[in-house]
Amino acid sequence: MNDKPRKQYDIAAIMSENLNVMRDVVPWANETGFRVSKVEKGHVFGLQPWAEHLVGDPESGIIHGGVITTFLDNLSGMACTAAMTEMRFVATIDLRIDYMRPAEKGRDIIGEAECYHLTRSVCFTRAWAYHETRDKLIATAAGTFAINKPRLGGGRSKS
Amino acid sequence: MNPQLTNPRADEIDSILKRLPFAQTLGMRCEVLGDEMTAILPFQEKLIGNVAIRALHGGAIASFLELTAMLQVFLVSDMPRPPRPINLTIDYLRQGHAKDLYARAYVLKMGRRMASVRAEAWQENRAEPVTALMAHFLVTSD
Repeated sequence: MNDKPRKQYDIAAIMSENLNVMRDVVPWANETGFRVSKVEKGHVFGLQPWAEHLVGDPESGIIHGGVITTFLDNLSGMACTAAMTEMRFVATIDLRIDYMRPAEKGRDIIGEAECYHLTRSVCFTRAWAYHETRDKLIATAAGTFAINKPRLGGGRSKS
Repeated sequence: MNPQLTNPRADEIDSILKRLPFAQTLGMRCEVLGDEMTAILPFQEKLIGNVAIRALHGGAIASFLELTAMLQVFLVSDMPRPPRPINLTIDYLRQGHAKDLYARAYVLKMGRRMASVRAEAWQENRAEPVTALMAHFLVTSD
C-alpha cells in the first residue's frame, strides 16, 4: 500500500498563468471563439464575442443558445478543475440551462462559472451569462461533472 | 424538388436551416417524412471537443439537439417562425465518437403557451443514445 500523501498543487494558479491553454486545444471552442479571462480557485470567468457565424435568429442577429451552452459547459468544467489540488479532467454528466433574456446583437457575453461542491468523483457547478452584471442575466446553468481518474500508460480506460 | 418532402412544413425546415448561420456552422441537415424528422450532423473536425480521445464536443451535440427539438416543434405546429427556448437539460450518456450523429425529437406536449420536447442523439445504434435532451419552448405568437 502506498501511504505517501499525494502532492498538492494549486491548480487554479497554474491555470491562471496559462489562461487559454485548456481552451486552445479544443476545436469546437475555437469555432465558437470564447476566451478565458480570469481563473480563481473553483471560479472561472470568460468572454464570448458576438460573431456572424453564431447567429441563431437571422432577423434579430441574436447568437444561438447552443453557443451559450457550449460557453457555460466549458467554463463550468474548467471551474471544476480549478477547484482541485491535483490535475484532473472532468466530463459533463448533465447540464441544465435557463434562458432569461436574449443576448443583444453585436455585444460580448461575459460568462462566470463556479464549482461550489466537490466530492471524490463528482463536481457540482453553477454558471451565469450576462452583458454587464449578474443582475441582468442572459442565462444560467447548473451542472454536474464526473471526475476522470488519471490515465496511466495511455491505456484506454473503460467507463 | 425532393419527392420525400410531402409535408409542406418540410420545405420551410430546409429554408430555415439555410438561413440560420449557426446551423450552417454546425453543418446540420434534416430529413422529413410526414411528421417524422431525422436530423443529421455530418462529422467535421471542428466539432471535436477532446483531441486526445477524438470525442465530439458536448456543446456541439447540445446545440444540434436544441436545434432538432426547436425544428420538431415548428414542424408539428402552425407557428410562423421557430419557437424560442425557455430552458433545457442535457444528459451526456456516452462519448460521441468522431463520426456522424443523428437525432430525433418528440413533442411530449404541445400547449397553448409552451411545448415540452424530448430529443435523443445516437450514432451507430439507436438504442444506445449518446446524449438526451429535455427542453421547453415558448410557442405563443406574441
